[in-house]
Amino acid sequence: MTGIGKWVRPIALWAATAAAASAEPEAVKIYGSEAVRDEIVVRSTTDIELLEPLLRAFAASAPQSLVRYEQWNSNPLYADAARACRTGANAADLVISSAVDQQVKLVNDGCAQPHWPVADEPGTGPVANWRNEVFGITVEPAVIVYNSDFVTFDEAPMSRFDIIDLLRPTESRFAGRVATYDIQASGLGYLFAFLDSQQATTFGSMIEAFARAGAVATCCSAEIIDGVADGRYLIAYNVLGSYALNRAETADNLVVVAPSDYTLILRRAALIPKDAGNPAGAAQLLDFILSAEGRRLLAEKHLFVDVGNAEEGGVDVPLATGAAVREIPLSPVLLVGLDRQKRAAFIDLWRSTFRRD
Amino acid sequence: MPRRRYSLTTRLVLSIAAVFAIGGGAVSYAAFAYGQRAAQASFDQLLIGAARQISRSVTPSNGILVTDLPVSAFELLSLAPEDRIVYGVFDSDRGFVTGYPDVVPSEGDTTFETREIEGEPFRIAQVVRPFAERDYGGSAVVLVGQTLRARQKMAAEITRNAMIAAGSFGILLSVLAALAVRAAFAPLRKIERQIQGRSAKDLNPLDLDVPREVESLVAALDRFILRLRRQIDVMQGFIADASHQIRTPIAALRAQADLAAEETDPAALRRIAERISTRSVNLSRLTDQLLTHALIIHRADAFDLAALDLRQVAVQVAEEFDHDQLADASHLELDLPEDAVPCQGDMLSLVEACKNLVANALRHGEPPITLRVGMEGGRPFIAVRDLGDGIPEADWAGAAKRYSRSSGVSPESAGLGLAIVASVARAHRGRLLFARPDGGGFEVRMEFQGGA
Repeated sequence: MTGIGKWVRPIALWAATAAAASAEPEAVKIYGSEAVRDEIVVRSTTDIELLEPLLRAFAASAPQSLVRYEQWNSNPLYADAARACRTGANAADLVISSAVDQQVKLVNDGCAQPHWPVADEPGTGPVANWRNEVFGITVEPAVIVYNSDFVTFDEAPMSRFDIIDLLRPTESRFAGRVATYDIQASGLGYLFAFLDSQQATTFGSMIEAFARAGAVATCCSAEIIDGVADGRYLIAYNVLGSYALNRAETADNLVVVAPSDYTLILRRAALIPKDAGNPAGAAQLLDFILSAEGRRLLAEKHLFVDVGNAEEGGVDVPLATGAAVREIPLSPVLLVGLDRQKRAAFIDLWRSTFRRD
Repeated sequence: MPRRRYSLTTRLVLSIAAVFAIGGGAVSYAAFAYGQRAAQASFDQLLIGAARQISRSVTPSNGILVTDLPVSAFELLSLAPEDRIVYGVFDSDRGFVTGYPDVVPSEGDTTFETREIEGEPFRIAQVVRPFAERDYGGSAVVLVGQTLRARQKMAAEITRNAMIAAGSFGILLSVLAALAVRAAFAPLRKIERQIQGRSAKDLNPLDLDVPREVESLVAALDRFILRLRRQIDVMQGFIADASHQIRTPIAALRAQADLAAEETDPAALRRIAERISTRSVNLSRLTDQLLTHALIIHRADAFDLAALDLRQVAVQVAEEFDHDQLADASHLELDLPEDAVPCQGDMLSLVEACKNLVANALRHGEPPITLRVGMEGGRPFIAVRDLGDGIPEADWAGAAKRYSRSSGVSPESAGLGLAIVASVARAHRGRLLFARPDGGGFEVRMEFQGGA
């Protein structure tokens, strides 16, 4: 029988990792003139180069503003934002994270301030938001990626069932060469896995198949996608479509598939912390991101994917129907996955399945 | 100082507006209270539902509680889409199990409470689930709370809808009330139109079919018109009488004056002057009587009967004779009973009538003249008696008529005097009687209705 120790330990472990992860950005870049004093501090999990066109365009359109862009990992970013919320000190002006459950929790805990986006150009549609405090700024599918050098189109998985079938044979050549996020290290990986567990009964058979075939759980989108491009992994599951599509622009052998049984759509979430030093600047930047121009610049870097339509550049997104698209709502329902006992149980289940390399 | 007058419509509009304002206020308050209560009740159900679901997901394991937080509970809570959520699971010793550690169970046995958390009010539901397991004998306390946005929105919505309904109803009622007021005033306008459309000489009663409430008004108007007509009749009659009666003596005076103008004999002239003087005195008396008559017949329709004592009338008559009549007023005697003789009447008219009778008696009768007051057969009366022959019985029936032939228009005529007295008696719903008393002489008597 599973003892209590086993329930509790992962929490401690997770907490330790979160604390150990340095409360510092991985990278920092400044946009705009250093001469101006109107600084907007953006703390984000998004890779700098993906947002660069947008930030440059913003800096050009708002010459009085200086954007200090800090790239963070999701868990340390959440820890930092929660700390800033508690102490009121050194808060960012805008926090953007792909771990939308953590963003929702920040709002639920009263750490964000409301913003009413300017009704802008037609065609941008309604803004996804909760309480006008957290806004979905991107459209990014969770996808399957495979290497077409080693996987033929015929055997390529188009859905979760296909992956289960591929892994079923005992002597499957996919054994040990299927990768997915390490849900303990990646807030986004945890979110995707947790939502999978709620979406379909396939989840049980899937992690069973993963376990049998010795699937690899590893950190970070870039590492996983590079591994597939290299041929180290044949298939990656539940990676973020935006990163995969960007990498596929240079790696011809990388094929991106939106699962046809259902595709989770992530809307990267932005919020203005309640103690932001420059909320007006943050609001201005947020409005720019939500504008038609902002969306165009995001789409350039595959952060605003028109799911269901074939992309330019030969990238294959063979989505079956619109009904298979499941947008992750910005709603307090996401809090369930962050419950300490729920999370502990889920991670425990995951850990018992994957061996850590 | 002129009084401010409001039209009936204004009054009605004001009172209806007041009713609506009070009613509207009451309805608004009721709607507000109901909205609050309904929203509170609905969302409290949500909270308790979520809390129960969570409590079902709590299981004891190795002596401690483990919660497998159900997504459905949070989906239930997100029916209040804009509200922040807090939750907490605690064991029987209030030890923290999961959720928000700060949301501790309250000490009491409360199910719902409102708490301020981080500057925003939360409604919190608390559910206790007892366990009787081998390794866990306590209970789990589950708290679920939400901010109040959805409640407030719903309450506002309910209130607003109720107000819109009440407002529309109010407008409808106002229109109906306006129509009702118009309909209610229709008879008044009908009366107005009838009166306005009449010729100046038309003094017939109003011929209108009106509601009961206005009937009394129409009846009063009719009575008024009738009185007006009677008075106009009386005036016309009087003017006809007066002109007839005054024209003759004036013509005689002129004839005498013409004679005087041509007379040269001083002795004849003096005789003529004497005649002119006598006729002038008589004419003056006639004029007096006519004016008195005019006054009294004018009053007859106008005065209000008041309770009085006939003895007072007699005393007043005697006093007035003392003051301004001739020396032979000493011939007037009063015959008054010990007790009051109550009667409904108008003092002035009665006094004038009696003065007339006394004057007639002084002029035509034989002293002593007695002014009598008393009760006979339950009827109060006042009478003047003298020892003269009075009016012959044959003339009694016509004596009270105005300028009756029998009394003629001679300067000494008493005809007009009796006519005045008769009309005063009639105005008092009484009558004028003549009698020959046992001791001889003549008596004129005004007899009134008894039981006053």
